[in-house]
Amino acid sequence: MNAVAPMGRAPSLEATGMTKIFGPLVALDDVSISVPAGSFHALLGENGAGKSTLVKSIMGFYSPDKGSVKLDGKEVSIKTPKDARAHGIGMVYQHFTLVPCLTAAENLVISRADAPSVIDWRKEKKALSEFMETMPFKVPLDAQVATLSAGEKQKLEILKLLYLDQRFMILDEPTSVLTPGEADEMLGLLGDMAAKKEITVLMISHKFREVKAFCDGFTVLRRGKLTGSGDAQSASIAEMSRMMIGDTEVRERAARTQHNDKREVLELAGIFAEDAEGTPVLSSINLKVNAGEIVGIAGVSGNGQSALVEVLAGQRAMSDGAIRIQAQNFAPKRSNFDRYKVFGLPEEPLKNATVPRMSVAENLAFRAFDKPPVASLGWWMSPGPLRKRAEELIKLYRVKTTSPDAPIETLSGGNVQRAVLARELSGDVDVLIVANPCFGLDFASVADIRSQIMEQRNRGAAVLLVSEDLDEILELADRVAVMSGGTITYVAAIQETDRNVIGQHMAGH
Amino acid sequence: MSAETAGSIPSTHTPNVRMLKFAEALFVPLVALLVSAVLFSLFLLIIGKSPVDFFSLVWTGGFGSSFSIQQSLQRSAPLILAGLAFAIPARIGLTIIGAEGALVLGGFAAAAIAIPLVTFGIPAPLTWLLMALIAMVTGGVWIGLAGWLRHYRGVNETISSLLLSYIAIAIMNFFVEGALRDPASANKPSTMPIGDAYRIGSIPGTDVHWGFAAGIVLAIALYILMSRTTFGFAARMTGGNVRAAQAQGLPVGLLIVSCCVIAGCCAGLAGFFEVAAIHGQANASLVAGYGFTGILIAFLARHNPLAVVPVAILFGAIAAAGGLVQRRMGMPDATVLVLQGIIFVVLLTSDTLYGRLKFFQPPVGGDRT
Repeated sequence: MNAVAPMGRAPSLEATGMTKIFGPLVALDDVSISVPAGSFHALLGENGAGKSTLVKSIMGFYSPDKGSVKLDGKEVSIKTPKDARAHGIGMVYQHFTLVPCLTAAENLVISRADAPSVIDWRKEKKALSEFMETMPFKVPLDAQVATLSAGEKQKLEILKLLYLDQRFMILDEPTSVLTPGEADEMLGLLGDMAAKKEITVLMISHKFREVKAFCDGFTVLRRGKLTGSGDAQSASIAEMSRMMIGDTEVRERAARTQHNDKREVLELAGIFAEDAEGTPVLSSINLKVNAGEIVGIAGVSGNGQSALVEVLAGQRAMSDGAIRIQAQNFAPKRSNFDRYKVFGLPEEPLKNATVPRMSVAENLAFRAFDKPPVASLGWWMSPGPLRKRAEELIKLYRVKTTSPDAPIETLSGGNVQRAVLARELSGDVDVLIVANPCFGLDFASVADIRSQIMEQRNRGAAVLLVSEDLDEILELADRVAVMSGGTITYVAAIQETDRNVIGQHMAGH
Repeated sequence: MSAETAGSIPSTHTPNVRMLKFAEALFVPLVALLVSAVLFSLFLLIIGKSPVDFFSLVWTGGFGSSFSIQQSLQRSAPLILAGLAFAIPARIGLTIIGAEGALVLGGFAAAAIAIPLVTFGIPAPLTWLLMALIAMVTGGVWIGLAGWLRHYRGVNETISSLLLSYIAIAIMNFFVEGALRDPASANKPSTMPIGDAYRIGSIPGTDVHWGFAAGIVLAIALYILMSRTTFGFAARMTGGNVRAAQAQGLPVGLLIVSCCVIAGCCAGLAGFFEVAAIHGQANASLVAGYGFTGILIAFLARHNPLAVVPVAILFGAIAAAGGLVQRRMGMPDATVLVLQGIIFVVLLTSDTLYGRLKFFQPPVGGDRT
């Protein structure tokens, strides 16, 4: 293991005629991509476009039915991820692959294929410190990974690839777990290293802003086919997005309409909550949301936002305070959700809003299964109406599924979110609680989902939008509140504030 | 996301998905049984016995004559109920392995309440009703306790239900060897026998006691409860993803405890039939391992209450054939346990096959990133 890598060793990669067929589906149809040495290349495409299939075929997770991969001009055979690793191709996944209870140093050493059975830590630490000296960014080596921030973890993932001398890096939406600041910092560092010809980067992304700011080349896939490639700096966002979504009409973004009705609908009055160890996670949350208004809660991840959403959804008990809806005390239970027309779009819908193994039709019925026409007498369920309603919703909300009977876990992220939207927004909504609704979704889905939230606002719903994406809050919210350290530190109308002021409060100033 | 393909749901595919799932649920356990049979044959060969003899004896002893079929059904009665006692909590995501304790305690409670009822000459049907009720209540409370501990105190339900089983058996022994011991039961401490007049008879025209019928009725009722009622739907939601169930405002704690109570009632009822139809009194014979065999049965039945019935009959047959195998082949009692153990291990291994056999997977819409 050569810890100190020489400079200028970025490889080039060229994949030609990659084809992968799953049963009746051509997931990848004769796709070629060329990533020159030292470039920062973006791989764009919607959910299901074949981006993952392409990189997994390059990485050896799939064996492509056709196609060849050339590394530095020489054809290589990559049959397993182990081969890819031996050729110096590494991947950073959307979700961390570090062991949280080990330190950064331990994570690096155990990632080696040749990690010895007995580790001489003194020697390894010395080698690691030397290695770290050569790196443009640092991570505390003795810190337990669980204590690192998301940005530091992602840096450690990248350090791991460099440590393993994998200089062709495939990044799968690497910034989706980072704050905008962390994302820019990390991409900037990678860009610098690429410019010095130390690494070559192929990055799967949905975010045009990042592609424009950091990438030099791009390749676009749509439904398994190559639809375009070029220079990311000269191509316009409009051109790239046309290649991505084709001629499909993206639902028109709903415009904000003015309301005269300023009824106060939702009130959070002095809410406190603790975690399982008794540490306070929420303290004295006070906030009011009016009818026809979106209140956005901004904040760096982990400042109590998810605890607040859990309290509102009934997943976490509050230790003090009250939730009031239309001046009535509100306990988050099923009868009250119906009575006050409270709906929710929790973050990570597959984890928080669906039962992965139940069918799409059943998941669509979570709100309605105990009410007519599905249930008679309050307990007897009829599959006919359940199914009929599911088919209507699938059509109306364009949920892409093989069948209403397919388990919802077989759907892609965007379609799971669409299904949850269909369930929660198809009725009459008075209060809507939304958390990171567009996390990890593609461009078209994001636009669609945001305009549906806006539609609910325009129809008079009181919307509480918790989001870690500041752009989302700036686009949608009428008022913004900032959460920091488990409480709300700042509230302002969106016209009277700006990104900088919000950012300062997010950082705790 | 493409609008063109998204809106059209090929409804012709729909029955396919269901049929494939059903075929998979049938195929995997059958293969597991077959593999177990092969492994057990190897075991028999190693100890120098003929697998052919063994399986033909099991067939003869289990299904070979109308007598042996009735024996098999008789033996399957407590197994059906014990299988249900595992399957129902499993649907809400709990692994309750304490049916044995609920069965023993339920049977003991039934035998205990019978003592004054028989002494005062209460009519038999009323006595049975009260015995069955007290058995179900006792069993329900016992397993319900494990569910309560799980939801409200975070105690692992598998451990607590297992330990509660030992407590239940100890409670029965305490009374059977003490306050409630029938002085006439010299060698085997037992409660006072209920007497022949109070024995539950057989289903007319058979030698199979009514517990078998009760098991089938309960299996059907619980199948309907789990698949066609709002309670069952809510329970499956909770079992599949408790966070989603909470976010839908479902009373998760109540659902969990209810499923456990239902399970305990099934096991308690099995104990009642063991006392009222077989032993006539409560003693150590109640601790026959039905509760544990029920776990195996429920697994093989994929926690489907209806499927529990045929699987329980199969195991009833193996148990019924046990004596014959023992006599004819000169093999120890524990041989059948070896077979059960092999089946269990293979079955748990086969669980990983679900979703991996290409043949049973519906064509994916290609919507993956």
